[in-house]
Amino acid sequence: MADLTTNCAGIVSPNPFWLASAPPANSGDQIKRAFDAGWGGAVWKTLGQPIQNVSSRFAATNYRGTAAIGFNNIELITDRSLEKNFAEIADVKKHYPNHAVIASLMVETRQEWKDIIKRSIDAGADGLELNFGCPHGMCERGMGSAVGQEPRVNEEITSWAKEYSTVPVLVKLTPNVGDILPHGHAAQRGGADGVSLINTIKSIIGVDIDRFVPNPRVGDQSTNGGYCGAAVKPIALHMTGQLGRDPSFNIPISGIGGVTDWRDAVEFILLGATSVQVCTEVMLRGYRIVEDMIEGLNTYLDEKGFASVHDAVGRALPGYSEWGNLDLNYETKAVIDAESCIGCYKCVVACHDGAHQCIDPATDGSRVPVVDESECVGCNLCQIVCPVPDCISMVEIANGYEPASWNDHINDGAVIRPKTGIHH
Amino acid sequence: MTRPAATRSEAVFTDFKHAYGKPQAIAEANRCLYCEDAPCITACPTSIDIPEFIRKISTDNLKGSARTIFESNILGMSCARVCPVETLCVGDCVFNHMDAPPIQIGKLQRYATDAAFDAEWSFFEAGPDTGKSVGLVGAGPASLAAAHELRRLGHSCTIYEKREVLGGLNSTGVAPYKMKADRALEEVEWVLGIGGIEVKTGVEVGGDLSLEDLEANHDAVFFGAGLGVDRFLKVPGEDLDGVHGAVEWIERMKLQELDLSSVTSAAVIGGGNTALDCVRELLGLGVPNVTMVYRGGEAGMSGYHHEWDEAKREGARAAWRAQPVAFEGDGAVARVRCAVLDEDKKPVEGEEVLLGAQLVLMAIGQGKLGDMLSGLDGIEVQWGRVVTNDDGATGRAGWFCGGDAANGGKEVVNAAAEGKRAAQAMDIYLGGQN
Repeated sequence: MADLTTNCAGIVSPNPFWLASAPPANSGDQIKRAFDAGWGGAVWKTLGQPIQNVSSRFAATNYRGTAAIGFNNIELITDRSLEKNFAEIADVKKHYPNHAVIASLMVETRQEWKDIIKRSIDAGADGLELNFGCPHGMCERGMGSAVGQEPRVNEEITSWAKEYSTVPVLVKLTPNVGDILPHGHAAQRGGADGVSLINTIKSIIGVDIDRFVPNPRVGDQSTNGGYCGAAVKPIALHMTGQLGRDPSFNIPISGIGGVTDWRDAVEFILLGATSVQVCTEVMLRGYRIVEDMIEGLNTYLDEKGFASVHDAVGRALPGYSEWGNLDLNYETKAVIDAESCIGCYKCVVACHDGAHQCIDPATDGSRVPVVDESECVGCNLCQIVCPVPDCISMVEIANGYEPASWNDHINDGAVIRPKTGIHH
Repeated sequence: MTRPAATRSEAVFTDFKHAYGKPQAIAEANRCLYCEDAPCITACPTSIDIPEFIRKISTDNLKGSARTIFESNILGMSCARVCPVETLCVGDCVFNHMDAPPIQIGKLQRYATDAAFDAEWSFFEAGPDTGKSVGLVGAGPASLAAAHELRRLGHSCTIYEKREVLGGLNSTGVAPYKMKADRALEEVEWVLGIGGIEVKTGVEVGGDLSLEDLEANHDAVFFGAGLGVDRFLKVPGEDLDGVHGAVEWIERMKLQELDLSSVTSAAVIGGGNTALDCVRELLGLGVPNVTMVYRGGEAGMSGYHHEWDEAKREGARAAWRAQPVAFEGDGAVARVRCAVLDEDKKPVEGEEVLLGAQLVLMAIGQGKLGDMLSGLDGIEVQWGRVVTNDDGATGRAGWFCGGDAANGGKEVVNAAAEGKRAAQAMDIYLGGQN
């Protein structure tokens, strides 16, 4: 069994799975149940001046019968008194000394930061997470993403926190920026021990087409909210990888955004995350999902020969490059397995309408489509639409050309192969 | 329109295949792969664009879904319930090739078409009047489909039906656990809703109205009279009380109240789908012992095996390789005496089977009506079937035929397809633009 113990920026937890700062981490009773279920850590629902929330608060996007592939909320930070929150943090730490409790914080003035950090540490928090990411409501009051979108403000508040804190400080970054790098670097310059990302993405998740108002609806109005859930994973992975591979970015990452199972968690780890945080999937299915996450991660690490989570961190980063470095002479073609093909022709229509018109209906009555290899560009679309596992393979072709990227071609005159699929 | 009695025997049946509610329908619709050039379309005699109507269910475009169905098959509501989908569209669903459950196309089609009936959506209007008139013989599925298409093309239509009840076998013959007579009649009204289809009931063509007058009164004729009366074996005892033709008995069961209180055992003679319907209907009506008597073996029966599997689950028995040689009893039938047949369907010397039965239904086929037309020059009749080309045209100018009278007895969906196709050919014959 691999060692799942994780040390993320000095915050140690029995495994890398943390509840993200959100409704599942709203109270001590919840977090105790989560720890009992197996979660390694919890980032407390953001503490600050308690707010008043609206009703309703959540809405989801569904796709072909799958509910809530994306999720959005217009809920704000804690609406419970700080006294009660801190008492519960102390109680949780008393009963679960080996689990990580991280206090997520969001206040305005330097004095407020000083006070709330002291109270958090006094309550027993193992670390702090500065919420510079919330894209709705709080940002209208000059907090949350309003801070995270300004590297200078980010750096300054981070440096205040570091000045007052005796425990590790994570800065939670907002994805609502053009490029994540300056914001990660601002946190690093401010002295942060690590960053966590992504917070939610500014969004309108849908519109009630009968009432003519966006969702979630508050009376006859709504507002933009924070997008999260499975659908945002690609955005979060990109930003994690951007920071993870930057040679001048040297602090740990806690990965967040669309983690639903151990596979998602592994992807974040391979792109540089040391811990992963989960909210939406827990909101949809409960704390119990962590059992499979722990088992799945353990089996994966064992099968790959990794002794610990840390051995896997960043392992996919060398493979994350720039387009200009990709080998233009690497070539694949679609190959359809006649045995398992069921003859749905989804690949035929997808290739004809959405790709390069190189997969044709069978002419022998078999309904096994025919790939015109001279035209196939190896785009993967047929494989993506095929409903049969492993029926369509993208097979590498030995075309006789030495590897050559666009950069090689431009800089060194490397020879690139003739184009296919352009219908001369 | 003549309505069947509320107390009729068929009323005790409920749908053996339950109707989908919205959550089930959308879940099933979302499973559909939306195949290109889908095999299920090819398997449908009326070529309904099945992936398209299913996709429209998944997006809650129910009106569009129903329109897609009815555009191809105006009898899409009844076909959804009575089609042997296991051997047609569902049987050809590509999921069968990957050991996944095929899409329940029939149930989805029922969901969309029932919604259209409930909401009273109408999709079609009669075309501009062409001044041409078509006479249609029989008010069953073939004629209804033909008449509806002819009206869309602007031709006026008159349907002649010898019964008072419209709808043909859809009203009088469909197993009630698939569709009851009242629903079939609602469909007839829905089809006639396009307007301009005159219906004359109680008129027997060839008797009340001569073929010559029929031809003289109209610019074209569609013969959709279906099949004739039940066949009998011509063995002793067929005149005993309690021995009935299957189709005749089913019609009474669907439209009237039968007294089966004295029947503890029944025998159904035949191995086709009518026999299977009778077996399941008798079991459903509470007859304890129902035996299908078939001269071949289980593998050789012409009835659908999925239906026979269901019948067995419901308690049906069978006497294989049995050939009735006499029906015995004192005034009323009490026993069926059967010869035992060998592999070549020859009687085995000295072997007999004796079955107790207070009710015997003869389901060995129906007479053909094609001979009605054999006196008309140019019309060819083979084995009682009217011979047509692929468009339903006979060898006599202006005479078209479809449904059981031409195909010898197939499904409602075949009749609907043939009626529509003949209507389009008639339109060309009548000088239309189609």
